[in-house]
Amino acid sequence: MSDAHVAQPKATGEVSPQALSKARVSVLLGVTALVALALYYFVGIDEGMTSVFGNTMVVHEWVHDSRHFLGFPCH
Amino acid sequence: MEFRVILRGALSGLIAGVLGFAFARIFAEPIVQQAIDYESGRDAILDKLNKAAGLPGVADGPEIFSRSIQSTVGIATGIIAFSVGMGLLLSVAYLVLHGRFGIRPRTVALLLAGFGFFGMYLLPSLKYPANPPAIGHDFTIATRGALYLTMVGGSLIMLAAAAYLGYRLRGRFGVFGASLLAAAAFVAGYSILAGVLPSLGNLAANVAHQHDFGYARAATETPQPITDQSGAIVYPGFSADLLWRFRLYSIINQMIIWTASGLIFSVLLERVLGTHRAPAKAQAAQPGPARQPIGA
Repeated sequence: MSDAHVAQPKATGEVSPQALSKARVSVLLGVTALVALALYYFVGIDEGMTSVFGNTMVVHEWVHDSRHFLGFPCH
Repeated sequence: MEFRVILRGALSGLIAGVLGFAFARIFAEPIVQQAIDYESGRDAILDKLNKAAGLPGVADGPEIFSRSIQSTVGIATGIIAFSVGMGLLLSVAYLVLHGRFGIRPRTVALLLAGFGFFGMYLLPSLKYPANPPAIGHDFTIATRGALYLTMVGGSLIMLAAAAYLGYRLRGRFGVFGASLLAAAAFVAGYSILAGVLPSLGNLAANVAHQHDFGYARAATETPQPITDQSGAIVYPGFSADLLWRFRLYSIINQMIIWTASGLIFSVLLERVLGTHRAPAKAQAAQPGPARQPIGA
């Protein structure tokens, strides 16, 4: 999500519905959703039922208390 | 516009996450500590019983970070990261729906936050509620994880389907009738899903362990009292009061996160978009950022 994707709301002065092309909006939304899901995954799931970067338990142990409290299965 | 909305979604999640962390630090941490103390005492007894019976002892869990780390920056990281993630999802969902219904942005944002609270957390947790440490067997984590995510996915899909159904039926039955029909359809679908998925205690792996020390045949994985060969209780089951408080606080914590992010997002959103449903109507003479929402 580089700044190149961000339209500057200058000359036209509108709230800028025209700012991004449809394709770019799709990419932006897709990337944002991926980031969000990655956060959900690392807080709730990684190094538990499955793990992406090896099972060191570091992520699991760091967010341990919140994983329990947010309702994810743990241990 | 899109990028600014997404940033505001993340900011809403961040602020909500800080509030959620403050709540968790005060209310959850004492319970987590008591649960861990219970678990340690239980493991010590089990270790003794197993060794006396000539079985391998009970291994301690890993201790990579101290409890003081886990109960402060650890839980802060987890709750704030979760909350930012949910704020981002709110913004994405908003942008996907933006301008499709003749509804004020603020209302859409609040409805989406409610949708997230029910779909991402409350409905799944009615079937598989939050558990403190000491509850949950190591050897079922993969199954439990899959079941929980199935409940999350199923709840989200059925909520969305119910909302769509209500929207489509409102012409024929009116808003009230359509809402009732959609709610009934949702309850039916959700009940089937929750009824079909197994209770955790009934998983094959748990049934297989029922005669081991420290395990028992039960509908959940909540630790039952440990009995010795003669049937005398040598260690109590997990405190019902502690479990209830943990689950109640878990629900309140999620309510704080979703309510706060929904409210903050709705206010920030209308500062970007204005209060009307169609941002395209904004006139060229009005620079966007200067537009103030009414009453926000």
